[in-house]
Amino acid sequence: MSRTLFDKIWDAHVVDRLEDGTCVLYIDRHLVHEVTSPQAFEGLRLAGRKVRRVDETIAVVDHNIPTDADRLNGINEPESKLQIETLEANVAAFGVPYFPVSDARQGIVHVIGPEQGISLPGFTIVCGDSHTSTHGALGALAFGIGTSEVEHVLATQTLLQKPAKNMLVRVDGVLPPGCTGKDIVLAIIGKIGTAGGTGHVIEFGGEAIRALDMAGRLTVCNMSIEAGARAGLIAPDETTFEYIKGRPYAPKGEDFEKAVAYWKTLPSDAGAHYDKIVVLDAAGIVPQVTWGTSPEAVIPITGTVPDPAGEPDEARRAQMQQMLRYMDLQAGQKIAGTKVDVVFIGSCTNSRIEDMRAAAAVAKGRHVAPGVRVLVVPGSGLVKAQAEAEGLAKIFTDAGFEWREAGCSMCLGMNPDKLTPGQRCASTSNRNFEGRQGPGGRTHLLSPAMAAAAAVTGVLTDVRELV
Amino acid sequence: MEKFTHLTAPAAPLNLANVDTDKIIPARFLKTIKRSGLGKSLFADMRYNADGSENSAFVLNQPKYRQAQILVAGDNFGCGSSREHAPWALLDFGIRCVIAPSFADIFHGNCFKNGILPIVLPADVCEQLMDDAAQGANARLTIDLEKQVVVRPDGEEIHFEVDAFRKHCLLNGLDDIGLTLEHAAAIDAYEAKTPSWKPAINGV
Repeated sequence: MSRTLFDKIWDAHVVDRLEDGTCVLYIDRHLVHEVTSPQAFEGLRLAGRKVRRVDETIAVVDHNIPTDADRLNGINEPESKLQIETLEANVAAFGVPYFPVSDARQGIVHVIGPEQGISLPGFTIVCGDSHTSTHGALGALAFGIGTSEVEHVLATQTLLQKPAKNMLVRVDGVLPPGCTGKDIVLAIIGKIGTAGGTGHVIEFGGEAIRALDMAGRLTVCNMSIEAGARAGLIAPDETTFEYIKGRPYAPKGEDFEKAVAYWKTLPSDAGAHYDKIVVLDAAGIVPQVTWGTSPEAVIPITGTVPDPAGEPDEARRAQMQQMLRYMDLQAGQKIAGTKVDVVFIGSCTNSRIEDMRAAAAVAKGRHVAPGVRVLVVPGSGLVKAQAEAEGLAKIFTDAGFEWREAGCSMCLGMNPDKLTPGQRCASTSNRNFEGRQGPGGRTHLLSPAMAAAAAVTGVLTDVRELV
Repeated sequence: MEKFTHLTAPAAPLNLANVDTDKIIPARFLKTIKRSGLGKSLFADMRYNADGSENSAFVLNQPKYRQAQILVAGDNFGCGSSREHAPWALLDFGIRCVIAPSFADIFHGNCFKNGILPIVLPADVCEQLMDDAAQGANARLTIDLEKQVVVRPDGEEIHFEVDAFRKHCLLNGLDDIGLTLEHAAAIDAYEAKTPSWKPAINGV
């Protein structure tokens, strides 16, 4: 029977089946961070359990960690400090491999997994973080779990799960200049909505997806959770294998060849069944920007803010009105030209070296607009080092942008990088929820190049006018 | 985990769609190493004013809903972040059941792990229950998990679907890890077949 990429990975990981169809699913990689793990380790301790497979587990600090250079001298915020110290005590007590903040490999969990070759095609990968969907870009089944499940995986290296449904999002055609993986995924969410993928695993395919480099694919899969999907994935191909080859924890030599031979069997069979299929034309995509407080509230940068009066559904109309109030925007106004206070370039969505290059290409020879604060936060210590070696960091600092240390930073308001009430931010992150970047903060999601364009003009700007 | 069998309690109406887990508990309250004590931060940005005082307009601050154990909400409840702090905060406040037309997947799963029953019912039925809830503390709803019914204040019974395995775990307060460890031999056998090329994460 023809199977999808998801079906194949699922079938290869079923350890046992319960009567009602619930599966004991084997997990190949468990990524652990400081926020969603303390209660899980505590649970293990109370039950007298060990971590079953420390050699399939990796821990790192990212959410809480400040991104200023002074952080190596200690963390001021007592609760963040306690959470990080708790992780360090837990990884020491349970023998879990760990990249501490002093290690150049430290970074955002969803950046370092692929970067280190820890996340590989055909693997099941979990983490107590919804953006675990990112790793699906390698052709893995990767999804976020809650803390009870973190404890479950630590104790058993498995999860109790039922299979999701299959959804195909096919993006045909060639993406126009000035557009990126971020614009593709925002356009998809705009089309199918934030619950469009609920209960499904989305496989992204089509010419425009195949043409993306690994960074672009990671961005697309990262935001599949914003479409409500359990996971997002992309069939592994030569781009994937080339990316993996030589990474520190990837298979080497003959093992690599064996692995590639297996990975080549993973793409969906011709005629495989999808429960839902959505098709987009890449040629019709223009740089995207969100106007509201849900990722589905997205429009082209050439567009105008929608008018709730045109929305027939009462609940949706009320939600749109609330979004306009919160965002301090008027129905019908052009989104381009909206003044920003802060620009954030970073997060597990867009903090890889390719994202840094895209932002630097726009920033080069330009300067930050008066009154605007710009934070550029590389996704890992290694991305930071590479960006410095390539001269990108100098372009940023010459432009008046802040060049910071690796971490989640201003994506989620858990560390000192936060918006203040009323501030408007052009952000390369993934969520524009009310208060996400700090209480009262207003978020516009966009690509790194678009963020850099906003930084140098001080307003939301069509990056195609600058390149 | 506390069992869930039968519940009769006031229901609070929260007529909003896409209530994300950042709304249920903002990230700044996740800096805890405990599961308990999060109830005071539940819906913090809607429930409190900027000066920390209570927003009297918010549903759970109204006297008739302070003892609510059931929440009736809009579409796609619990979307966004996977934080289990969201069900922990609901539970710590006293909420044992959430009724909505749809839930985001991760939140839905997290509820069952914590003795909270998420019930999916059609939008028009949720609207009726929302109306019931709007009548306040005297209009209690009853949830009978064994029979899989919600009983409205007028006695009408509404059937709901629930996954059989999750129902069994909730009714008996079963810990998933204990259940899975009954499959330890199968896990050992699976690991014994690991392909030779699969790398271990050693020597960090």
